[in-house]
Amino acid sequence: MMNGVNNIPNMRGGYKARERVTLFLIYLVLTVTAIAVLYPIYWIILGALNPGSSLFRTSMMPTGLTFDHFRDLFLNTDYLNWYRNTLFVATMNTILSTVLIVMTAYAFSRFRFPGRRATLMSMLVLQMFPSFMGMIAIYILLLQLNLLDNLWGLVLVYAGGSIPYNAWLVKGYFDALPKSLEEAAKIDGASNAYVFFKVMMPLSVPILTFVIVTNFIGPWMDFIFARLVLRSTEKMTLAIGLYNMVSGRANTDFTRFAAGSLLVAVPIAILFLFLQRYIIEGLKAGANKG
Amino acid sequence: MSAVAGHAAVQKRIAPISLFLSLLFMGLGQIYNRQFAKGILLALLEAGALVFGIKPFRHAMWGLYTLGETVQQRSARGAIIVQGDHSIMLMVEGLIYLLLFVLFAAVYILNVRDAYLVGKWREQGGKPRNFREMMSHAWERGFAYFLLAPAFVFALFIIVLPLVFGILIAFTNYSGPNHLPPKALVDWVGFDTFVSLVQLRAWKNTFLGVLTWTVVWAALATVTTYFSGMFYALLLSHPRVKFKRFWRTIFILPWAVPGVISILIFRNLFNGEFGPINRYLQAIGLQAIPWFSDPFWAKFMIVFANVWFGFPYWMALMSGVLTNIDREMYEAAEIDGASGWQRFRRITLPLLLFSTTPLVIMSFAHNFNNFNMIYLFTSGGPANPNYSYAGSTDILISWIYKLTLEQNKFNMASVVSIFIFVVVASFSIWNFRHTRAFKEEDMIQ
Repeated sequence: MMNGVNNIPNMRGGYKARERVTLFLIYLVLTVTAIAVLYPIYWIILGALNPGSSLFRTSMMPTGLTFDHFRDLFLNTDYLNWYRNTLFVATMNTILSTVLIVMTAYAFSRFRFPGRRATLMSMLVLQMFPSFMGMIAIYILLLQLNLLDNLWGLVLVYAGGSIPYNAWLVKGYFDALPKSLEEAAKIDGASNAYVFFKVMMPLSVPILTFVIVTNFIGPWMDFIFARLVLRSTEKMTLAIGLYNMVSGRANTDFTRFAAGSLLVAVPIAILFLFLQRYIIEGLKAGANKG
Repeated sequence: MSAVAGHAAVQKRIAPISLFLSLLFMGLGQIYNRQFAKGILLALLEAGALVFGIKPFRHAMWGLYTLGETVQQRSARGAIIVQGDHSIMLMVEGLIYLLLFVLFAAVYILNVRDAYLVGKWREQGGKPRNFREMMSHAWERGFAYFLLAPAFVFALFIIVLPLVFGILIAFTNYSGPNHLPPKALVDWVGFDTFVSLVQLRAWKNTFLGVLTWTVVWAALATVTTYFSGMFYALLLSHPRVKFKRFWRTIFILPWAVPGVISILIFRNLFNGEFGPINRYLQAIGLQAIPWFSDPFWAKFMIVFANVWFGFPYWMALMSGVLTNIDREMYEAAEIDGASGWQRFRRITLPLLLFSTTPLVIMSFAHNFNNFNMIYLFTSGGPANPNYSYAGSTDILISWIYKLTLEQNKFNMASVVSIFIFVVVASFSIWNFRHTRAFKEEDMIQ
């Protein structure tokens, strides 16, 4: 009985201590992970800012601060060209595909017409093909249209490829919007265009943000089609240019690569962090739509 | 009396007559129905198609069927004497004309249908619409078609046409070094390429080896990122952990940095001679690991590094799910005496698994085709002497890429991509059937 009484405070103390150990372990794991996550990023920043040019010389401790690598990048490579190209392709792709996607999704969501079900189903099947399968044909088509090694050719390929999946996604979102609002606006005498821009669009900001961001970021990441379509050095996008810098045997280009990567990664990462809520929601919706 | 009856009889036959006339020549039925503008436009369309279309169409069909008959001839010095047929151009041309023909046929059918319907309308005493009425009617009723037209054209030429072409290539001998236009002709060979993929030793070994690794890779990549994401989501959901936003922002960074760049960074981190990872290993007295030259270590490295890329996605998703779980469930479980493990095992885990299943399937499909991760990281290396044109870490999609862009084995690449399509499509369909979209009202109607 004495034991039992004594046990209670002991147990409380033990519970607290265990809790504290757990918390300590959690923080330990979090810290170690944070280091592991940040290490490659820290390393590339060092590579970009440290003097010296080889991969081997890049050490963990900053040994000085120099912007030589950036100057080298701007003056001795086509980097600025690549940046401009990528920005151009990304912007044009975003505009073109967003317009096409929204039009398609709106038509499928708000109109009933013969052939609707068949086209919806074929879109679903189309988005399952690996985009690769059409590679050779796209190459030949662009060759015929004289759009090879042309940024517009790449824009067309991206925009065409993004329609089926995204249109499905946006259609799903539109379906969930209540029709009563539009009907009310129409009763008040609003035109189709007014309903679309002033009623539907403001309600669709989350999904539109998702479509815009993914279509904008896509060209910064795509390697396959950019490599297929663009041939000359001054027409390249960043993904190919940066790849060429580090794919060779020599590692002398490493610091250039580091500087170049930093200038891409920072803006894209900031964009992503600001809009992550929309991106996560969009991805979830995408998976649920199949 | 009889005149009236005769008139009625004529009226009865308006629909079949206009149908027949429109079938005979586009627009005739419309003209018969007194819709002159529409009729003339349609008639002009068919006349134009007949005058300008027939010859190229016949040539295109001949090209599609034979893939060319004249081989290029060169003189001893290499100058071209006879240009010869370019089989692949002929094939694409043939497909384009076939597509145009299908579009034309669709317009033709609509024309016949229209003539018949207007005829019917007249039989019942209706007055056919004039041109302006028709245009405004089309704009109102067919608004959806106007919205869809641009995307439709895009999809037709950028997605459908290349896909059909890609599939057709599998049935030809389009491959280097002996069947590359314009120097040589390409022929239809039926299923020969499919057969050699599964029967010729070199191809069969490569295919089975690469396929096995692709499946292993996709499964490992999905499982490791899924559970590490879950692990961190759970850690961060612990009520006593402070600065959750701070930790979460750090952990989401790998997802925010463009993949192309971070993969290339990793390629340098693991560099066998100069990379910091091997230098650290040596600093603590271990051997440098041949990350890029040993097949096992290369595979290990990719899967291991992939966790860095993949866990933030799952962490972010599962954090969302965790915050939505009803607290009361845990309290009830606690009252019933469930231990922490039991609560996790019986409440948290099933809920997480349930709400992420479709995403797991999609993630598997994504990793199955994760070209960037493989090609940018190891370029498929190290070389594997038992494989044809593939390295030890190549997955199917990067193998296809090499077959196409580096080796010109277009037909084999096409056969393998058909295989990939079948795999990915079955996953997607399975997924689709198990999600709401399938049961949705407007997919069934």
